[in-house]
Order: sequence, then structure tokens, then C-alpha cells
Amino acid sequence: MDGKLKEIVLENSDVIVQKWLEEINSDKEKSNIKSIPDELFETTNREFVNVIFRSIKNNMEPASVENFAEKVINLGWPLSYITDGLQVFRRVMVNYIVNQPAEQRDIADFTEVMKSVDDWLDPIIRQLVDEYTGSWEQTVSMQKVALQELSAPIIPLVDNITAMPLVGTIDTERAKLIMENLLDGVINHNSQVVLIDITGVPIVDTMVAHHIIKAAEAVRLVGATCILVGIRPEIAQTIVNLGIDLSKFPTQSTMEKGFRRALELTDRKIVEFDRKDENVENLIHSIKGE
Amino acid sequence: MEPQSFVEIKEEWDIVGARQMGRNIAKEAGFGTVDQARIATAISELARNIYLYAGSGTISYEILEKMGRKGLIITATDSGPGIPDLSLVMEDGYTTSGGLGAGLPGVKRLSDEFDLRSEEGKGTTVQCIKWVR
Repeated sequence: MDGKLKEIVLENSDVIVQKWLEEINSDKEKSNIKSIPDELFETTNREFVNVIFRSIKNNMEPASVENFAEKVINLGWPLSYITDGLQVFRRVMVNYIVNQPAEQRDIADFTEVMKSVDDWLDPIIRQLVDEYTGSWEQTVSMQKVALQELSAPIIPLVDNITAMPLVGTIDTERAKLIMENLLDGVINHNSQVVLIDITGVPIVDTMVAHHIIKAAEAVRLVGATCILVGIRPEIAQTIVNLGIDLSKFPTQSTMEKGFRRALELTDRKIVEFDRKDENVENLIHSIKGE
Repeated sequence: MEPQSFVEIKEEWDIVGARQMGRNIAKEAGFGTVDQARIATAISELARNIYLYAGSGTISYEILEKMGRKGLIITATDSGPGIPDLSLVMEDGYTTSGGLGAGLPGVKRLSDEFDLRSEEGKGTTVQCIKWVR
């Protein structure tokens, strides 16, 4: 039964395709894809209908459906293009079969026709939708990661000393942002020393190191000093393994040490406040040094 | 032998994916934090090379068990332009992209075993092994 129907459909594929293309084209005005150039729409439609027919003929062809889905996703077309297209296809095909002379189609029951058509088209819909949602999920998760890792804030600590804590992966885009923010910050806050904290950077590879070196060099050019802080032991080891030379600027293991160093560089120091010390003169003297 | 897993490198973010996967696999295999960082860094370098020079390729991971030792094989494969002079790229400081030129020699130092094969016009395969200590 199914085979007979399939024969009819495959033999008359040209007519069905023609009808489908007509309907799809008239539908185009209504949908939100009317800005797509006609030529591209035409070729994609042809490909779409070819994929459907190939799937019907060979009882599902996941590879070609996947390729097609990938193409439409890359074009950025909405999922409705695919679902509408298949819906129209279903209607056109059922119409065509039902309008055949009864003895040819050899099927009494309309529901049987529907069932066969569903069996052909449902797997295609399912796969296309899966491909689509898969690509969305991927995009969302990537953007989530990107958002978390995007910022490169500059924080003024005390006069002439600023810090830039870096958290997350540094890619080319972010490296640019770091450089810009760093230089802007140095100028705006009139910094003499900038502390770059890489405690939150998971991996320091040659590219990250290269960007940090370049940033430090740029900071040096505008008359400030860069101190790299937050170098974890495993990061120190990988940097040595990679053979990266970071000797051009001072580095410290923690922010605290870096801050003390920065104070030294700006001729200041931290003085412990001793409550028992009644000698006010002494106290005032030490505050003056601050 | 565990089934081999791999990550395709097509864009810059895939580098992050590749090294996170590598780090997870290394963690499960019982590598220490320092070796995890070494492995992740090596993957980062290899994936970046694929992204920069070949455009696309794959990083694959395989757990190896040999004579009571456990190791992780990382293979970076691409069908890019290939490397004309293998000894030159293994020199420290040699770069064609304005980087530090520490990538491949660095990966060699980060790993226990290292193998680089390349054919001009056909592609490059880098394989490195790290043993659990």
C-alpha cells in the first residue's frame, strides 16, 4: 500500500514540486523572510524539496537532511521556514494523491494516505527541528560564557595606583579591550603603577602572554609601570615550560605583594597602626609618610 | 581503551572548548593540577595553531594504558597548508604571525612525548603524550 503510494508520489514528483514551489513563493510575502533575495530563496527551495524527495525515496537520509539544516541555520533563516515548508508540502502531496483516480491510488481510506505521508515527513521534521534547537543551545551556552568573561575593569586603588583584575579566558577580542581599558585607565587615573591580576585566568598560553607583554609595553610607553600579579604555581611552571620571557616587568604571586611593591615604587609604605602607641607625634609623623 | 573523543576547531571559541575538554579528561585520568595546566596549555597552543594557520581541524584525546602506566594522547590534525621547514618551527622565537614563537617548542617541553608530521599542501598532525605520574 505504502509502496504504491510512494510510486505515485515519486513518479509525479515534478508536478508536486511545481505546486509546492508556487505555494511557498506566495507564502513568502506573509512570512518574516521576505527580505531574502529571490534567487537564493529559489535555490534553497529547490534543495529543500530535493532533500524531502530523497528522504522519501530512500526511507530517510539523515546526512542530506543534516547538511540542509546546517545550510539554513548558517543563512540565519527562521525555523518556521522549514516547518511551514514541510506543512505546505504535506498539504500539496495529500491533495495530489487524493485527487488521483480511485483505481490508480488503490486506497480507499483517506486516513491511510495521511498516515503514509506522516510516516515520510515526520522524521524529516523531527531531525530538522533537532538540528535547529541544537544550534541554538550551542549559541546560548557560548554567549553565556562570553558574557561572563567579557569585562576588563580598571579599579583605582589609591592615588597613582590602579588594578585590573582579569577573570576568564582571554581571546583576541578581549585582549584588545584589555589594552584599551588599561591605557585609558592609566591616563584617566593618572596612574604610575598598574597591577594586572591574572588569578582568574585559567590558562596562560603564548597568546595570552604575548598580549600581556604587549599591554605592559604600551603602559611603559605612557610612563607607567605594570606589575603582573596573581601568578599561580602551575601557571608559573607552564610559563617556564613554554619559554616565555616575562623578565621585562615585575611579577608577584599575590595582589597583596604586588600592592606593597607598587607602594614602594611610588615611595610609600603601609604603616601598621598601633593602638597602644600613645605617642601622637609619632602617629602623625607616620601618617605624613602615607 | 576508552572511546576516543574529539573537538572540532573552527572558530576562536572552539579553542576554549578544546582545552576545557582536555582538562576534564586529564582530571578524570588522575593528572595533578600542574599537569592539568600543562595539558590545557599544550591543547591551547595546538588548537590556536589550527585556528591561525589551517582555519579548521580537530583535537582528539585518547587515554592510553601501557605497561601499567596511564597516559593521555592529544592529537591535533588539520588539512591546512602544512609546514615547509619542520626544524625552523621548532626553534624558539620563530613565528610567522607576529606571536612569541614559543608555541610548538613550548608544547614539546610541556609534553613527555612529541611528534610532528607535516606535508606541504596536505596538512599537519601533531601528537603529544603526557604520562600520569
